[in-house]
Amino acid sequence: MSETQTDRTLSSFTKHLRQTEISLPTNLITTSLNELNGKSFPTTRSEAWKYTRLTKLSKLSPTLAALHDGVNSTPFAIHSTGNRIVIENGAIHLNATRFETVSGLTIKRFSECSAEELQHIGSLLTLENEPFNALNTAYLQEGIFIQIADKAQIDSPIELIHLLTQMECSATIRLLVHVGKFAKAELTIGTWAAGAEKSILNAVTEIHVGEGAHFTLQKLQSEEEGNFQICTEEIIQDKDSVFTMHTVTLNGTLVRNNVRVRVNGTNCETNLYGAYLLKGNQHTDNHTVIDHMMPHCNSNELYKGVIDEQATAVFNGKVFVRKDAQKINAFQSNGNVLMTDTAAVNSKPELEIYADDVKCSHGSTTGQLDEEAVFYLQSRGISERSARNLLVEAFIGEVLDKNHNQDFAAKTNAILNERFGWER
Amino acid sequence: MITIKNLHASIDGKEILKGLNLEVPAGQVHAIMGPNGAGKSTLASVLAGREDYEVTEGSVDFDGVDLLELSTEDRAREGMFLAFQYPVEIPGVSNVNFLRTALNEIREYRGQEAISAKDFMAMVREKSAIVELDPKLASRAVNEGFSGGEKKRNEIFQMAMLDPKLAILDETDSGLDIDALRIVASGVNKLRSEKNATIVITHYQRLLDYIIPDVVHVLYNGRIVKSGPKELALELEEKGYDWIKAEQEEK
Repeated sequence: MSETQTDRTLSSFTKHLRQTEISLPTNLITTSLNELNGKSFPTTRSEAWKYTRLTKLSKLSPTLAALHDGVNSTPFAIHSTGNRIVIENGAIHLNATRFETVSGLTIKRFSECSAEELQHIGSLLTLENEPFNALNTAYLQEGIFIQIADKAQIDSPIELIHLLTQMECSATIRLLVHVGKFAKAELTIGTWAAGAEKSILNAVTEIHVGEGAHFTLQKLQSEEEGNFQICTEEIIQDKDSVFTMHTVTLNGTLVRNNVRVRVNGTNCETNLYGAYLLKGNQHTDNHTVIDHMMPHCNSNELYKGVIDEQATAVFNGKVFVRKDAQKINAFQSNGNVLMTDTAAVNSKPELEIYADDVKCSHGSTTGQLDEEAVFYLQSRGISERSARNLLVEAFIGEVLDKNHNQDFAAKTNAILNERFGWER
Repeated sequence: MITIKNLHASIDGKEILKGLNLEVPAGQVHAIMGPNGAGKSTLASVLAGREDYEVTEGSVDFDGVDLLELSTEDRAREGMFLAFQYPVEIPGVSNVNFLRTALNEIREYRGQEAISAKDFMAMVREKSAIVELDPKLASRAVNEGFSGGEKKRNEIFQMAMLDPKLAILDETDSGLDIDALRIVASGVNKLRSEKNATIVITHYQRLLDYIIPDVVHVLYNGRIVKSGPKELALELEEKGYDWIKAEQEEK
């Protein structure tokens, strides 16, 4: 029997999905459907997907899963207190979700939002030639709107748990975050899977950081192997604001993160930190863009990875400094440690500078552990395994320690202990 | 403490040690001197278990244990310590964290309980004083940004913490000024006892003014070719190594 040609068109992927019932602006839905119509998934011939193959994903025809009302989401929670929104297979799990009244904080489902509240949705998102964004619009299952009032400081945790619990299902979720002027808040997102395989999470997050606001997004990605996730974060910063993002990727067969920060005001600070620790056949691809549109801003980007066994990683970081964005300090660095001969990384730091009075640097390093250091530690009575662990921890600790949230660190360390046998 | 018999070792197929014999009893300090390329550092590396070297012949008995059968870490756990000629900088790993890991792995090997954090810190204070090492350095990353003298003092500090049966000091004096040399030597002297032994590998006699050896050996062309009392070091300092080379060529 000859092998049949695999149908990799997007229509094959969406055949069991349902067009969104959420009242998004109709032009967005029309544009998205047009984008998807007759198209295929991007191949490695396209620059944005050069090192990430979507072949496995494109063969899927995922379904919309039924909600498991009995699921226990507690083991996946990073914080024990505060607001917790549990999204299972793309649908909000109201029994597991905990809304707490916090002054200055509004959390609503899109279905509960006014047209005015949703008026800016999609305004930061490119749909053209971005099939995952188009899918996230046309097939959106659930949307969550988070608003931080002007001058509010939210100290209690806000946590979103994405959980995949079924075979070959699709979860398509949008998050809209509006951080008011001079407000301060932190958002935690965890992506998990339990008993799922060949399932895909497509999550888009749009964040508007208002003037003088401080906002931190921390993501812990730990889906069981066998599952896919495509995450897109579109951020726009107003003047005098600080945006910080931590992305820690510990599991998942294919994880793609697209982060774009438009720094649309003067005197802003942007910090992007990423850590990925991969093994087995995992593949993680971090694509980031920091777009300095205005002068007098600072950005720091540090991504570090430890890649073991046959795992592979991609880092593609772009920093744009526009023509009139003078006095920009932009630093970008990517470091990788390959633990085996079969582990691989493609690292591409890019700077595009059109202003002439800026201080920018970027760099990328990839190597093995320092064998002389391993020997030195062994010569003091430390086993080879512990020696390697100490060195890996020291390497990745530089970026993990940028995050001072203790709950997040505790959860990260627990998974590292479970998966890699580390004690931090 | 250690008995080395007919030791042959090579690297990349080139033989460096060519039948070395050496015996160091407990309670003694032996100095090994010799010209560049004689095999001094190779001896230290082979004893510590560096994998680049291949032992092709001979035996090493370390206090009743066949040393060559042991991994690098097990040699340390049995009580062997090598003070490195070039201590390695390890960014991100703190000195104390590393030493506590080492100490506890050694204790576990010996069937002892892990040391408590309180006892450990008390020990750090006590032992860092021996080499006048600023306690702040103890909490910094291993050797990172340390001066040459601080690195060597850190080696002796680690030695004090791990309390080895046999310490091998590989060119510990190289690059040290007189003050640092005195501090390092006095640290080594304070750690001397009837139960342990020390091998001091050096190119210069200077160190031996501060660490008085019981026996001085001359290593040349992969073998110990001459042994004598501490005065031999002075003779070598005065006359250089040419007479040793000439003597060997006559044989």
